Amino acid sequence: MTESVQEKIDGLVKNNKLLVFMKGTPQFPQCGFSAATVQILSTVGYPFEAVNVLEDNEIRNGIKAYSNWPTIPQIFVDGEFIGGCDILIEMHNRGELKPLIQEAFESVKA
Amino acid sequence: MLAENIEETLRVQLQASFIEVEDESALHAGHAGAQGGGGHFVVTIVSEQFVGLPLIKQHRLVYAALAEKMGGAIHALSLKTFTPDQWQQS
Repeated sequence: MTESVQEKIDGLVKNNKLLVFMKGTPQFPQCGFSAATVQILSTVGYPFEAVNVLEDNEIRNGIKAYSNWPTIPQIFVDGEFIGGCDILIEMHNRGELKPLIQEAFESVKA
Repeated sequence: MLAENIEETLRVQLQASFIEVEDESALHAGHAGAQGGGGHFVVTIVSEQFVGLPLIKQHRLVYAALAEKMGGAIHALSLKTFTPDQWQQS
């Protein structure tokens, strides 16, 4: 794994309030877990950036090392890894997801 | 059987008081993300070790216990983690 892939991922993570690494695109998810993730993020109603790992094998492997998490999708809020699909669903069900994302979008940029 | 192997591994490593492993591989066979051929599993697990930990750390414990199988024999893993108290209330 090259350093530049980790730097590229780090740049994506730090420059997007709401970011998902997924299989396929939000319009055409290629995996049920990625589809569920997109559905929940759409419900919450804030814009999100999506990276299709199936289009870039370096990112596909690199993101797992970056976050030390073995599965896709992976969701980042305000530069912080919050988990995979199951955690997103559980946070949504507990009513914790929207406040977290809302706070990220309302926080003042330094 | 891989499902039994997963169950045994988690029971021993996380001292799970309840564990259920469902093999859903058949539901996902052949989709674009699953070309590696590994299985899809849904794991429900109750462990004292989850007490006081946020979900992300609970899931990390499970992934760590199954590390050598992740990405190979296990293609996808859906996790439902509970502390004994949460499990009683659910």
